[in-house]
Amino acid sequence: MPLSRISSRGSGKKALGKDVLLSVTPAQQFIKVVNAELTSVLGGAASEITFKGRPTVIMLAGLQGSGKTTTTAKLALLLKKKGRNPFMVPADLARPAAVLQLEKLASEIKVDSFGVEGRKDPRDICREALRVARIKGYDTMLVDTAGRLHIDTALMDELKDLKEILSPSEILLVADAMTGQDAVATARGFDSAVGLTGVILTKLDSDARGGAALSMRMATGKPIKFAGTGEKIDCLEVFYPDRMAGRILDMGDVLTLVEKAQEAIDERNAVEIEKKIKKDTFTLEDFRLQLQQIKRMGSLDSILSMIPGFNSIKKAKGMDVNEKEITKVEAIISSMTMRERKNPDVLNASRRARIARGSGATVQDINRLIKQYGQMREMMKRFKKGGIKSLKNLLPV
Amino acid sequence: MGIADRLKARLARTHNAIMGGLESVLGKQSRKESLEALEEALIMADVGVKTSAEIADRLKDGFSGFWQREDLRDRLREEVLTILKDVESPLAVPSGQAPFVIMVLGVNGVGKTTTIGKLASRFVSEGRSVVLGAGDTFRAAAIEQLEVWGKRTGCPVIKHLHGGDPGAVAFDAVKSAMAKTTDVVILDTAGRLHTKVNLMEELKKITRVIKREIPLAPHENLLVVDASTGQNALNQVKLFNEAAGVTGIAVTKLDGTAKGGIIVPIAREFRIPIRFIGVGEGVDDLKEFNAREFAEALI
Repeated sequence: MPLSRISSRGSGKKALGKDVLLSVTPAQQFIKVVNAELTSVLGGAASEITFKGRPTVIMLAGLQGSGKTTTTAKLALLLKKKGRNPFMVPADLARPAAVLQLEKLASEIKVDSFGVEGRKDPRDICREALRVARIKGYDTMLVDTAGRLHIDTALMDELKDLKEILSPSEILLVADAMTGQDAVATARGFDSAVGLTGVILTKLDSDARGGAALSMRMATGKPIKFAGTGEKIDCLEVFYPDRMAGRILDMGDVLTLVEKAQEAIDERNAVEIEKKIKKDTFTLEDFRLQLQQIKRMGSLDSILSMIPGFNSIKKAKGMDVNEKEITKVEAIISSMTMRERKNPDVLNASRRARIARGSGATVQDINRLIKQYGQMREMMKRFKKGGIKSLKNLLPV
Repeated sequence: MGIADRLKARLARTHNAIMGGLESVLGKQSRKESLEALEEALIMADVGVKTSAEIADRLKDGFSGFWQREDLRDRLREEVLTILKDVESPLAVPSGQAPFVIMVLGVNGVGKTTTIGKLASRFVSEGRSVVLGAGDTFRAAAIEQLEVWGKRTGCPVIKHLHGGDPGAVAFDAVKSAMAKTTDVVILDTAGRLHTKVNLMEELKKITRVIKREIPLAPHENLLVVDASTGQNALNQVKLFNEAAGVTGIAVTKLDGTAKGGIIVPIAREFRIPIRFIGVGEGVDDLKEFNAREFAEALI
């Protein structure tokens, strides 16, 4: 609460002095100012990993259950995609099967991990792992540490020892975005013990609006470097303060949306689809391909939440996005022959019954899909003529 | 150290936060200021906006103008006790109704598997037979983590492969318990954010599978909530309750947080029994919830 007050005071002052531009409403102007203030409070520009030394050592620390092990693997994958050669070290011997968890994730993302083999002391593991990393020439070493409370002196001393042994270039605090103001005490505690270089915010795909980000940033002055946005192993993003400010204010995050789309959608394919829409030859097969591409971008909920205002629409209408519906639609279309996909008019009752059996759906589901497809084509015709307002009805909800 | 003192030591961070807040109330000169300061102190201790206002409102009666320290503390403790008493209802496992099925739910990282391990240990020490169901087939090594607890407590673990169907695991665990007349089935589930519709739907499916075998099961849907979460915990209780019907709550990690006050609005707003509190890493640190002990340690 005190932090949000400080921030609102700052914005208030800046907003007061401004002449309100004629083209925008005062409310819009105010949000713009608050947005700018939030962005600067959150750290201005994005801050990434500092690579230093061979290997660059990155330590991940945090409370129990914040998501350290999963995040270690996510970060390793992200760095691997950027051309680094990462090596993961499981130094959490406290939680049952934490080492095994990291090993399994390692084989899933095809990144090497250090074999702990009977070692009983994290210090011992870190020393040996560092030696192995140097010999084998890994350029980045990520160390997963055990969860601990910042008030647990014995465990914080262990963390200090690990820092001494590893001389890491990054010590990142992994923190749960749903944590409230307690996050401040945690961040301060870890920072004063080992000196943090940054924060990774996890579980940002929950209903947390990101207040914790604001608090931690203001309390410690340390940048938030990454954000976990989903359960899947590739759901870790570089943290952009301006985009987070947008999310906090429910202004959406169009930039990330565009980036995700660029990653997932084949451009030629998109041009092809556009042509089809223009010529009114958009078939169910095209629809299926599009669904696949959308799924590649991440969970529907996370995609839609980047659309400005969507969160408030969702709340107001109590709207829920159901991923399973998409899977069902895909199954139905996949159970059709190519001819049926291209020309749904041939779908008589016996064909529909066959498709229902093949896809595990009911005939009603199929009727509904065909009807929606018809409406969609209708919509596309209108959209072509410039009726952009009708677009929102296309959202699969 | 007696039990009460030990609990007090573990809840010290929340206790200090509340007491610190009350100090600011004592310094106020006017009646209005005192009441506002009290409400704010409660909100800061994560008692929640609604519940804090309610408590402040009730303390207003018979309030002359300023409080004596002890008087304020006693009255506040009584108010909190009244709220907590409402949800004090220990998990009772009736004999002769085997198997008693407990499904454990919660968001990621709240301590579900650890809580299951400690629960199993508690039941075993009471002389009950327990089977564990490894229903978290999503997270890497979650099955193995539960197996470690199975070994520690001597309880068999029913499991499928990583990525398997949690409903099928539930089915096998329940079937096995029925065949061997095991007293208690504790079913682990994957951590899921309460905002993910399809994952919440999955819980309904697991429940349906269990009900087909034992219509009254799961006898307990135990939601595990991390106390350090703060206000978001209320959303978690709300949405899990809507999706799966929560019959009991375990509040964990109370020793590490100054936000233990969250237990008060959870009790007030949902009136779902709080079965257990977690106040440390040891097996004995999962304690049966006792309203009076807790209120006295808190305030």
